[in-house]
Amino acid sequence: MSDAPLLSVRDLSKRYGARVGCEDISFDLWPGEVLAIVGESGSGKTTLLNCVSTRLQPSSGAVSYRMRDGVLRDLAELGEAERRFLMRTDWGFVHQNPADGLRMRVSAGANVGERLMAIGERHYGRLRETATDWLGRVEIAEDRIDDRPVAFSGGMRQRLQVARNLVTKPRLVFMDEPTGGLDVSVQARLLDLLRSLVSELGLSVIIVTHDLAVARLLSQRMIVMKGGRVVESGLTDRVLDDPHHAYTQLLVASIPES
Amino acid sequence: MSATTPTYAFAYLDEQTKRMIRRAILKAITIPGYQVPFASREMPMPYGWGTGGVQVTASIIGPNDVLKVIDQGADDTTNAVSIRAFFERTAGVATTTRTTEATIVQTRHRVPETPLAEGQTIVFQVPIPEPLRFLEPRETETRVMHALEEYGLMHVKLYEDIARHGHIATTYAYPVKVEGRYVMDPSPIPKFDNPKMHRSPALQLFGAGREKRIYAVPPYTEVVSLDFEDHPFRIQSFDRPCALCGADDVYLDEVVTDDRGGRMFVCSDTDHCEDRRAKGFTGEQVHQEAAE
Repeated sequence: MSDAPLLSVRDLSKRYGARVGCEDISFDLWPGEVLAIVGESGSGKTTLLNCVSTRLQPSSGAVSYRMRDGVLRDLAELGEAERRFLMRTDWGFVHQNPADGLRMRVSAGANVGERLMAIGERHYGRLRETATDWLGRVEIAEDRIDDRPVAFSGGMRQRLQVARNLVTKPRLVFMDEPTGGLDVSVQARLLDLLRSLVSELGLSVIIVTHDLAVARLLSQRMIVMKGGRVVESGLTDRVLDDPHHAYTQLLVASIPES
Repeated sequence: MSATTPTYAFAYLDEQTKRMIRRAILKAITIPGYQVPFASREMPMPYGWGTGGVQVTASIIGPNDVLKVIDQGADDTTNAVSIRAFFERTAGVATTTRTTEATIVQTRHRVPETPLAEGQTIVFQVPIPEPLRFLEPRETETRVMHALEEYGLMHVKLYEDIARHGHIATTYAYPVKVEGRYVMDPSPIPKFDNPKMHRSPALQLFGAGREKRIYAVPPYTEVVSLDFEDHPFRIQSFDRPCALCGADDVYLDEVVTDDRGGRMFVCSDTDHCEDRRAKGFTGEQVHQEAAE
């Protein structure tokens, strides 16, 4: 890991009128690090993720990102063209519901190739090769390349969404409950896959989850949120083995002993 | 009083409306391929009959213009006959079926085979002006995509064609890039006609009445059909010449001639076909009839 943060969040707040989405959040993310944001429903973790990924405009506070040229830029100052380019090249976003992140009416191959076409790839053969390669890496059979995602199972759709995001070799991937809605065995397989891809590609990841097991398996560091505020943060193993805040203790205690 | 019906303004539209449409046309010409919104009017014909094209023609036509109207290349089909009659009645202008004599050609689904010349204007009737529409239904999003030149999605469509059919199977309304900037729907002309738009000496105007958009390709503008490096753009080819005039470099229509499977392929551009026959060219149908 490098000593300069990839992403830096300072005093970030988001209000929906009088209601608080999230408040006074500050953290740094280093290259190659996986950060989990955990908390119960309504604790503001998805709001935080959307603010950080510029999908929502924060009410106050700043998010800066170290671009590929090494310069730390305030994301609010990026033009729309730059922001959208960043989102489809250097970033990835894996939605909880794969239908939000995939084009359900075009084939798996086109889904994987879309980002490449967006940055100017104009060779069908090469697109095809890359798509085949990525489908293999996310364990989707090669002969499904021309099937539409509507014909895929939930787990396959989620893996396809991962492939579609990783094809441009992003440095930072946001994940919003990537294993939500999947059954346990499929979840385990997806987590395995994510873990190996993350270490293989050296990705930085911010993952939102309510599942502490997911956080333990994937992340090095975690943030615990309640009522829009961070109540505890630290190394994942430390937080889970020695929770300091009463709410974290409650969360950890609520995992059934295995 | 002129011979036109006095209750109508010249060419049906009132002067303020024409002024508004002309401003939209001027803007469209200055930004080739960009869709300019305009306040489309109710016309005395249904949407889908070319209300956009009619409004554009009505705004640019003058008493000395000679109008030609074609539908699928033919001068004698319902749509062409109705619109021609409309302008004969409301503007009293001269009309023609000969491409070379016309100053304005209003068209649905074809570009005439006879190359257009400097000084001529061709007006296309457009049903859906947005080339990205079927992939991205949100208008807000497609506008941003045009503004930021994000056209990767257009290639997703072509990719799907190749993946499913082995070649680019889009045969009409084939997307083009205008002057290296805006991606444009050339209206539902066959892709056979796309190369005719490239650096054409004529002014090309497009009107979409229901969707309230006008766009334009000024004379001598680059119009390039999108493709892949390893699947280049190709126009349709036919394995036989026109049965009437023998032309082998034109777009053909298949015409069913009886209920026993009989069919013939003839020029879709009727003026071009008649012109050739008048010059003595003949096709196989004519040879057969001569032999009988």
